[in-house]
Amino acid sequence: MKGAFQNGGNMNTALSWVKAYVPDLACTDQEYMDAMTLSGTKVEGYSRLDKNLEKIVVGQIEKIEKHPDADKLIVCQVNIGSEVIQIVTGAPNVKEGDKVPVVLDGGKVAGGHDGGPLPEDGIVIKAGKLRGVHSNGMMCSIEELGSDRNMYPEAPEMGIYVFADDVEIGSDAVTALGLRDTVFEYEVTSNRVDCYSVIGIAREAAATFRKPFYPPAVQVKENNERVEDYISVEVQDKELCPRYCARVCTNIKIGPSPKWMQRRLAASGIRPINNLVDITNYVMEEYGQPMHAFDLDTIAGHKIIVRRAKDGDVFRTLDGQDRNLDSDVLMICDAEKEVGIAGIMGGENSMITDEVRTVLFEAATFNGANIRKSAKRIGLRTDASGKFEKGLDPYNAEAAINRACQLIEELGCGEVVSGIVDVHGEMKEKVVLPFEPEQYNKLLGTNVSKEEMLDIFKMIEVDYDPVSNKLTMPTFRQDLLRQCDIAEEVARFYGYDKIPMTLPTGEATTGKMPFKLRIEQKARDIAEFCGFSQGMCYSFESPKVFDKLLFSADDPVRNAIQISNPLGEDFSIMRTVSLNGMMTSLATNYNRRNKDVRLYELGNIYIPKALPLTELPDERMQFTLGMYGDGDFFTMKGVIEEFFDSIGMRKKLTYDPDAGKNFLHPGRQANIIYEGVTLGYLGEVHPEVCENYDMKTKAYVAVLDMPKVVPFATFDRKYEGIAKYPAVSRDISMVVPKHILAGQIEAVIAQRGGKILEDYQLFDIYEGDQIEEGFKSVAYSITFRAKDRTLEEADVTSAMKKILNGLEGMGIELRK
Amino acid sequence: MKEKLAQIKAEALRQIEASDALEKLNEVKVNYLGKKGELTAVLKSMKDVAPEDRPKVGQLVNETREEIERVLEESVKKMEKAVREAKMKKEVIDVTLPAKKNNVGHRHPNTIALEEVERIFIGMGYEVVEGPEVEKDYYNFEALNIPADHPAKDEQDTFYITGDILLRTQTSSTQVHEMEKGRLPIRMIAPGRVFRSDEVDATHSPSFHQIEGLVIDRNITFADLKGTLAEFAKELFGEDTKVKFRPHHFPFTEPSAEMDVTCFKCGGKGCRFCKGEGWIEILGCGMVHPHVLEMSNIDPEQYTGFAFGVGLERIALLKYEIDDMRLLYENDIRFLKQF
Repeated sequence: MKGAFQNGGNMNTALSWVKAYVPDLACTDQEYMDAMTLSGTKVEGYSRLDKNLEKIVVGQIEKIEKHPDADKLIVCQVNIGSEVIQIVTGAPNVKEGDKVPVVLDGGKVAGGHDGGPLPEDGIVIKAGKLRGVHSNGMMCSIEELGSDRNMYPEAPEMGIYVFADDVEIGSDAVTALGLRDTVFEYEVTSNRVDCYSVIGIAREAAATFRKPFYPPAVQVKENNERVEDYISVEVQDKELCPRYCARVCTNIKIGPSPKWMQRRLAASGIRPINNLVDITNYVMEEYGQPMHAFDLDTIAGHKIIVRRAKDGDVFRTLDGQDRNLDSDVLMICDAEKEVGIAGIMGGENSMITDEVRTVLFEAATFNGANIRKSAKRIGLRTDASGKFEKGLDPYNAEAAINRACQLIEELGCGEVVSGIVDVHGEMKEKVVLPFEPEQYNKLLGTNVSKEEMLDIFKMIEVDYDPVSNKLTMPTFRQDLLRQCDIAEEVARFYGYDKIPMTLPTGEATTGKMPFKLRIEQKARDIAEFCGFSQGMCYSFESPKVFDKLLFSADDPVRNAIQISNPLGEDFSIMRTVSLNGMMTSLATNYNRRNKDVRLYELGNIYIPKALPLTELPDERMQFTLGMYGDGDFFTMKGVIEEFFDSIGMRKKLTYDPDAGKNFLHPGRQANIIYEGVTLGYLGEVHPEVCENYDMKTKAYVAVLDMPKVVPFATFDRKYEGIAKYPAVSRDISMVVPKHILAGQIEAVIAQRGGKILEDYQLFDIYEGDQIEEGFKSVAYSITFRAKDRTLEEADVTSAMKKILNGLEGMGIELRK
Repeated sequence: MKEKLAQIKAEALRQIEASDALEKLNEVKVNYLGKKGELTAVLKSMKDVAPEDRPKVGQLVNETREEIERVLEESVKKMEKAVREAKMKKEVIDVTLPAKKNNVGHRHPNTIALEEVERIFIGMGYEVVEGPEVEKDYYNFEALNIPADHPAKDEQDTFYITGDILLRTQTSSTQVHEMEKGRLPIRMIAPGRVFRSDEVDATHSPSFHQIEGLVIDRNITFADLKGTLAEFAKELFGEDTKVKFRPHHFPFTEPSAEMDVTCFKCGGKGCRFCKGEGWIEILGCGMVHPHVLEMSNIDPEQYTGFAFGVGLERIALLKYEIDDMRLLYENDIRFLKQF
């Protein structure tokens, strides 16, 4: 998980390929990785292809004899240049004259012949005896060399790798296999489309190490035919296809591509197939421009039409799958039919086979957003669409198609027909910006010289015209649009690490924490003092929770916001009550047999103003407490009162037992009311709800709606003076009808106690023996005190009398 | 007379010496110094002494009295000390018996990490602000330079409510709300919950937290960004922490960077924790893109700024070595109690 944007994609490339364009590059793998990462081409990691390959040479088998004691073994005399050594092998495929990789006594190979996972430290090979016959080394399969037949298609299925005849006996076999190389994995950011290519990476490497950069020199040797005689192109939707280049190659001879090309593709994770396929893949890697090859003989009317599909069309792609299309999907068609989904995949009907005679190459630029959406809708994301969707440089298409034709001709794959069919609208103009070195330095906080900046621009092919003092961006750098983009180029190659570290100057500001958050902080403090630990719950949940919590079918809490693309029904609505999160958390603990659990949560609920949503919902912070085990309703009540006390809410709270919450025990629930406003509720969870959460215990919850609490909260305090005069206490013990609540008794005491009433505390409550059925015994200690004098007996007696009169009016009797 | 006094004194001292309890010492006191005690008796017999000898005898009596009193007091003190010590000897407890704890609850590791970050930035003059979690597309994307067809919009895997209303994918949306208020300079951090449609696993959660930071003022530079975040890293991870800035890309900043800190396990030498690299990626940051300023009616010619975004869970997981993100949302008390 990342803090911010996760974007871009990854690319694997052999260092040798990069070095083909930056031959002066000289550094260790680690230095390369560090420097490239610091200049903005992040290297995720690298792996050496010759890891654990030691003392492996090219040997030629001169003589093969049968093993005297084993039918399946043979004894080979192998010339390794300096000498001839004897090697015993069980491999079935070798014959006299074969040149093979030989690991010498004390050398190492990367893996076993079965091609299983490679051991970290390789396998050491020692001279020894096989069934009594000396063997002084080992001939290797491609798997033992750490690779496989996907990457070396010429290797035999079972047995020793056999070189082509042109390798030198006694030379380094690892070099001959092209394994003296390192594959780097780059993480390319989405703005750097140009770096999804070996040329792009090489250009960055050259600039990073300040070495000259030699891109491929492309010259195509053409025959004397004209491309117009072979193909015509019509682009009907130029917005979706800004450029379409087509070239034709004839007399195609399908065969393997050269080893160097196979090795480079293999290192990039692309399986070599044949020369034609390999060339298109090679150019896609090299230039970052996907290309498509059609068998021209399958193209009706020798005409390409680029147009939108029709709604409901079905098309079979070359992987044999039928794809459903709509009018937003761009298609490549011939005079009669569709032959490919533009930028995504070609059709089965125009697929290249080994019998191909004439090839039509396509290198086009498509609208990136359209390709992305089409790929998503069709459900087919390919290497090509992955590149197109980033929005390719139209100028690159022509360069790439020419490069492919050059390779066709140079590698003997076919002839190139003269000319190119190139259909495009007006090409985007190059971005030109004034050169403003002071502005770059001002933004960066640096002092980079004008000369150094110009050096940097030269390396990244940003042109500087001293007469107009203007910079012209190369077309492949579609990310360079404003001065801040130029400043970043300066920073990258000057070195982020060389930019100084300063602190902002300017107007001083005060660090602040808003009142709401300070109250939440207090809530956390108090909850924790009271033994509650903080949990965190998801904001989205299942619509089923309303049934689980026994909300009636028409309860307004069921009007929850729906997520249109949820991760599943369980995460499909934005919660309108916080209870499910708390109950789920308590249940998790209960199921894991944790004892005496107390949790709290501070999190939002989301109350829509109207559904479907037309404006943002009301996000209401809920302070939710839940517990089971040690403690009861009054423990919970204590936490609420401690919290209110700590945020300056010192007035008497009232608790209304008629809270009407179906999910709570009907006789053990209350709304919490402060100055006439209901701030929340608390209670024992209804046993049926507990059952719904698989909890076989009593649980208690309290929920405070913080937007209602915060307006009452204050951190102002006023000292009242510690009493100087003595207090007088009176205890009263009463017989009270059962339906009368303590709160009602207290209301009478508070109301009738007068100014001298200081405090009252319930100290006993009892039902049972000696108390008549339907009654309870309740005892209070009432304290009186005057601020300005010592109370006299008469004061207290008079106050008590008023209280008792009031209580008697409710049918309460003093116990004798 | 003199002999008698000497005798009284000797006898009194002997009795004091012989006393083995406070009561006995008290008896000695009464017997010799009390109203009916022997010394008092001597004083009473002063009338029999010749007047010229009286001062001398009086002095002698007083000296004797003082001496006895002194010794007596010393002995009382000694005795009291012995009694107290004997009592305490009996009161020895087993200090290894279990503590009587108050069972205080524990803060969520996310909150602990958040409060650390808030403390650091409030100290540097930043204001903590909040923004909505259910957000308009404009604030989450468009005003941050991510227009309708931008690839980053797909990459973020956004949860949508309607075409225009979504669950914010980044706290960066709060930047825009702050900038729109039109009060400059701005120094703020905005912590909060964000959402992305990732399936739940050990390293992913569809809901997590970020802290966005934003500074806008005249003459804010990339160097200021580096300096500020280096201070932050030192405060959060320790004085020896070094930082490294790598170029990166975010649509709403330019230049952009990712910041690594030296591994706080191995100090940068390379270990399993940092996968041998010695560095750990901690946040993304950059200079606020001028177009972002323009869209919020701030003149990029006059004002520049920097922004950064830290993943809170990432900090919590790293700092407390939590190896599975799911633990943060399970609320198992055995997990929470460790913080």
